[in-house]
Amino acid sequence: MGIVLLRVDERLIHGQVTVGWGAELGLGRYVVVDDELPGRSLERELFSLGVPDAAVAEFRTVAEAVDRLGAWESDTVRTALLTRDLDHMVRLAAGRVLQGRTVNLGGLHHAPGRSRVLSYLFLGDEDLECLRGLREEGVSVAAQDLPGSRRVRGREILRG
Amino acid sequence: MRGVVLTHGSLCFGLVDAVRKIAGEPGQILTPLSNDGRGPRELEELVRDLAEPGPTIIFADLGTGSCAVAARLASRGTGGARVLFGVNLAMLLDFVFHCQMPVDDLVERLIEKGRVSVGCHRQSALGERGNRTAPRG
Repeated sequence: MGIVLLRVDERLIHGQVTVGWGAELGLGRYVVVDDELPGRSLERELFSLGVPDAAVAEFRTVAEAVDRLGAWESDTVRTALLTRDLDHMVRLAAGRVLQGRTVNLGGLHHAPGRSRVLSYLFLGDEDLECLRGLREEGVSVAAQDLPGSRRVRGREILRG
Repeated sequence: MRGVVLTHGSLCFGLVDAVRKIAGEPGQILTPLSNDGRGPRELEELVRDLAEPGPTIIFADLGTGSCAVAARLASRGTGGARVLFGVNLAMLLDFVFHCQMPVDDLVERLIEKGRVSVGCHRQSALGERGNRTAPRG
């Protein structure tokens, strides 16, 4: 199985992902799925600096990522797919291409219209709509910032 | 000149507190800022607000962490902000006592001060004697 982590985290590639999850899962590829980042060279460069020497970073639009899902899945390189928000993850999951998988909610922070669910997870109405959208695509969610942290299932999150 | 200490968790508060304990009043030019509970956009905006008007040095912890990333993105919109990473206490103490220097010269000085402040005290002759004469059993 090539894709071993699907994560929503506003910080994308950062310490919790590369040190925490990277070490736990043996990640060799970090794919940022974002429709804006592929065109922003400075941000791509900054995020790439955080990638361990033994791993690679890729920046793909949602459409590009959908095309490559099969290749990443069958690859021996253990891969993490990261999005900065739930909207990108829902669009990535459209057509049930991620059916049966679980999306890790790792960091959505305070913003106007969002309420606190966990210390690292704040959700607003649009986020909740996206969570329902993921469920309709056959995708589960669970909040867990680090491998050793408590895993909070989607049912608990949606129940509030 | 002002300084922003931008770190993960509460490290920034500890560092700035230590500087103020050691240096006193000059330590007031440092502002601690934690990324705790803050998303990247919010952090970037806070850094930009704190960095204006410059010149400002932003001291980040990990060079590849989200704090340094936010600092570098924020510094794009400021005229005089510089981003240093690998912050340590020696670097900050030197900063508060030399903040009148031109910012680019100061940056070079602080990198060197921070670098040479890391080391290992080898076993001293006194320590070895102490070990030999320590009570046994």
